[in-house]
Parts: sequence; structure tokens; C-alpha cells
Amino acid sequence: MNEEISKDLFQIIGPEDSEAEKIARPRISYFKDAWRRFKENKIAIVALIVLAVLVFMVIFGPAISGYKFEEIDPSQRNEGPSARHWFGTDKLGRDLFARVWQGGRVSIIIGLVGALVSSFVGSIYGGISGYFGGRVDDIMMRIVEVLISVPYLIVVILLTVVLDSKSMFTLLLAMTITGWCGIARIVRGQVLQVKSQEFVMAAQALGVRPWKIILHHIIPNVLSVIIVAITFDVPGYIFGEAFLGFLGIGIQPPNTSWGVLASAAQSMYAFYPYQLFIPSLMIALTMLCFTLLGDGLRDALDPRLRK
Amino acid sequence: MLRYAIKRIGYAVVTLLIVVTITFFLMRSIPGDPLSHRAQALPEQTRANYYAKYGYDKPLFTQYTMYMKNFLRGDLGESILYPGRSVSQTIAKTSPISGAIGGIALVIGFGIGITLGIIAALNKNRWPDYLVMFIAILGTTVPVFVLAALLQYFVAVKLHWLPSSGGGQTRHAIMPIMVLCLGPIASFARYLKASMLDTLSQDYILTAQAKGLSRRAVILKHVLRNSMLPIVTILAGRIVGVFTGSFLVERMFGIPGVGFYFVNSVTNKDYSMILGTTVFFAALFVFAQLAVDFVYVLVDPRIRITPESR
Repeated sequence: MNEEISKDLFQIIGPEDSEAEKIARPRISYFKDAWRRFKENKIAIVALIVLAVLVFMVIFGPAISGYKFEEIDPSQRNEGPSARHWFGTDKLGRDLFARVWQGGRVSIIIGLVGALVSSFVGSIYGGISGYFGGRVDDIMMRIVEVLISVPYLIVVILLTVVLDSKSMFTLLLAMTITGWCGIARIVRGQVLQVKSQEFVMAAQALGVRPWKIILHHIIPNVLSVIIVAITFDVPGYIFGEAFLGFLGIGIQPPNTSWGVLASAAQSMYAFYPYQLFIPSLMIALTMLCFTLLGDGLRDALDPRLRK
Repeated sequence: MLRYAIKRIGYAVVTLLIVVTITFFLMRSIPGDPLSHRAQALPEQTRANYYAKYGYDKPLFTQYTMYMKNFLRGDLGESILYPGRSVSQTIAKTSPISGAIGGIALVIGFGIGITLGIIAALNKNRWPDYLVMFIAILGTTVPVFVLAALLQYFVAVKLHWLPSSGGGQTRHAIMPIMVLCLGPIASFARYLKASMLDTLSQDYILTAQAKGLSRRAVILKHVLRNSMLPIVTILAGRIVGVFTGSFLVERMFGIPGVGFYFVNSVTNKDYSMILGTTVFFAALFVFAQLAVDFVYVLVDPRIRITPESR
């Protein structure tokens, strides 16, 4: 039974030495990978679409209505929604469809710009604090602690009082002046964590230059956290503006915002509920969509949540 | 522990003094001065007396030292809008009203939120979980004034079940409490769920199950206790929210609380009242945070203060 197997019965069919190191599939960049995971999340996609529609309407809505948002028509006061005025008119006969989208411009711009500015400042501050560590970190974080020891909305109200102007710029300044502290803390924590991880040590051991480590290892790892923080911050700013508008210390007429529209309608909501509900719905919808989008982005961008 | 306590208290006091200082100079940096638009029509001598009454005739630094001295004695000055009314007394009179409504809302919100969080965590990816998370997302995204307006419209105007505004009676407080407790419900449910899921995956839970503890005992004794830690932190933020979160709600429901007076003083430019209330809120915030730090040390055995780790 013992059959002799000679070597020439065998044949080498590969792999070739040259192909051993070949990458089988095309490389997927981090953001492509994140986008692939984001697409799976239906809720987040719906939120994104709704936001896109809202942004479209905010840009083109005032023109579609055929009325100017500040145009007063005494013969058309407090009209309910109809074919002529899709969202009805307010107590001065102004077309609410135009006003709602015009107000949306202010609300959404404040939300986006506020979140971007504060996360920009916060990222730099937190990045410096986390990267240098030690004494610098101690002092910088103590300053943040003092700044956030006053409740946020009080700071905003106080600053609108002190600056004594109610333009959009003042509101943004008031809301971002301590608004960056939260992001600074998050970014600092993330930088501290990433800095001490093995892949950074490996890069250092391989002799990679510090600026390359920051560019290739620290920033990409912190970026996802910043993007998510921005998304979660936007509803905060929209709410802040609406809150101030509702208290009567926000944007002043003739300009308007969702908060101001809701505030103006509040005294007569029992008779003309649509005047209150439409802007309120817009605020709630925008905040909801940004929160859902933030949830989706967090799941997609955080590699540790990968299943 | 004692050294840690002294150090933390020291930091809190310094923080508060810095905040008071910044706020004071901010308020004094307003173009013109706080009294100018009220004093315009007054004759020369009366105006001088008016300024002297509030100490505005003295140099800025003297005003500051005077304010700080009075502040340390608990005196926050006199209202500009209502001469003769002291700011400290107004706060002392109105804050219990805000505190009661906000406190009840917080307790109810805490109870419901914790219950919902537990339900969601134990039914992960089944319908109770989705329902709870839906409520939680609604609670964090629907602005309070929208909710308040909806409740007022349907419960008070359409159904006539409750009065839409006013203060003094229990039934006036029901709707504000309902509005105020939604936020806490949402955040407690969300955080407890996340925290419980984290705890459930720990090895010591496996150990507890392996040694034959009943599910009930595992959840009550091991999971819940360990999951409550992050909740303590959120509770701190919410304690201040008891007073500040009610600005809008107090205004909309006409409740004479401290938030109502704060907003009122802002719209009427009553600077001494604004300054006083801000200081009050900041003090509350700083000390709530301090309390949380101590509770944390007491509750979490992993945070033990060792001499070298501060």
C-alpha cells in the first residue's frame, strides 16, 4: 500500500512572490467608509432630506410666496391659511409663508454659524490645551471652568443687555462667547486620549515628524468628534435664538426669526393657533432633524461603534 | 479627603468671586450708565441725589469694593425699577416659588426618566426601547415654549380642564410642572439607558450571574447601582435648571418666580436686579457642582483621593 509519491507530481501554482504584498481590494478612505455606514441609517437619511428641503425653502421660500415678508396689508389681517396666503397672515396682514421662511433664514444661519464659530474656537483651544498638557492645560481648563460656571442662557441674556444692540451679529457674539467651552472640553479629552495611544507611539518610534503626527493621526481622530459636536450644537443655537426671540430680547422688527414669530403669535394663540404652530413646528422639526443627523453621524464616524 | 474638600471649596469660592467681578464690570460697562435714561428729566440736584442713592457718584473702583463688601454680607443692592425694594429680598421671596415648581418637576422627571431608562435598557432593540427613545428625542428637541403653548391651547383653551395661567393654587402648577419635567425625563432616560447597557457588559455582572444571583438581585444590586454614577452628574446641571429652565415657563404661565423677575428686569433694564439675579444663579450653579463632586467621591469607590493624584 505504501505508494511512492515523487516530487514531480506536484506543481507550484502560486502565489508569486511579487504578488504577496498586493492589496486585494481598493482602499476605502475613512470618510468613504463612514458614508457607507451612514447610508445604512434610514432615520439619519430622512433627517438629512428634510433638512435639505428646509434649507431650500428658507432660501427660495420668500420668493415663491409672491409677497414681501414685511409688506403690510390692512385688508388681510389674521387671515387663516388659504390659497392666497398658504400659511395665512399675521395681525398686520403680512404673509406668513414669506415670513416663516424669512425667519428661518435668521434661525438657521444663527444655528450654523454659531455652531461653526464656537467649534472652531473650541477645537483650537481644546487642541492646544490637550496637546501641550501639564501647566498650560491646567490653566486653560481652569479658565473654562470659570466661564461655564455661569448658566449659559444667563450669559447670553447678560451680553445682549450689555451690548445694547439686537442685531444678528450681537446675538451670535453673545451665544458663542462661552458657547465654545463645551467643545473645547470634548476636543481636549479626545486629544489627550489619542496622544497616548499606541499608534501615535508607533509613529513616534518610526521617526515620523510631530506635525505629520498631528496631521495624520490626531486631527482625523478628533475630527469625527468635532463634526458630531457641531451637529449637536446647531439645535442648541437655534433653540437659544428662539428662546431669546420668545422673551422679546432677540431679533428686532422688521427682521424676524422663528422664535420672534412664535412670540408674536403667543398672545393670540387661542384665536389664531396656526400663527403659533407653524413657526413652532419649524423650530421643533429643525432641531429634531439635526439631533437625528448627529446621532447618525456619530454612529457612522466613530470606528469603535462598528459592528 | 479633608484636604481635597478644602481645595474644592476654595476653588468654588474663587470662581464665584471672579464671576461676580466680571459681571459687575460688564454691567458698569454699558454705554451711558444704568440710571441715565431714568434721570434725564430730573432737575440737577435731584439727579445728583438719585445717583448718590445708588452710589454711582463714586469712582468705579470704590463702587466695586462697596458692592463686594455688601455681597459678602448677602446684600445685593436695591432695585432701580422699584426703588425701596431690595434685590436680595426679591430673590428670597420669589426663588422658593420657582424652586418648588422646578423641584417637583425634577423629582417627577427623575422618577419617570429612571424608570423609562431601565425599561429601555432591559428591552434593548425591542418596541419598549424604541418607544422610550422616541419620547427621549422628542423631549430634548421640542422647545419648552412649544410644548407649553400646545398644552395651553389644548388643555386650557379647548378642554377647559386647567387654567391657562396664574399662580397660587395647585391647579395652576400642574401644567408648568408637566412642561418642566419632560426635559429631565428625556435626559435621565437616555443617559441611564446608555449607562446601564455599559454596565451590563461588564465582567462583574457576568460574575454575579455565574454565582447564581437572581436576575432581580443582579439588576437592583449590581447593574443599577453602578449605572447611577453618570446620572449624578446630570442631576447637578438639572438642579440649576430648576431655577433657570423656568424663565419661559414662568413667563408663559404667569408664575411670580425668580425667572419671571429676571426676565422682567432684563426687559425693563433694571440693572441692579439683573446683576443680583445673575450672581444668585452663578452661586447656585457653582455650589451645585461642588456638591456633585463630593457626592461623586462618596458614591464611586473607584474615585478615591490619594495624596499624589489630587
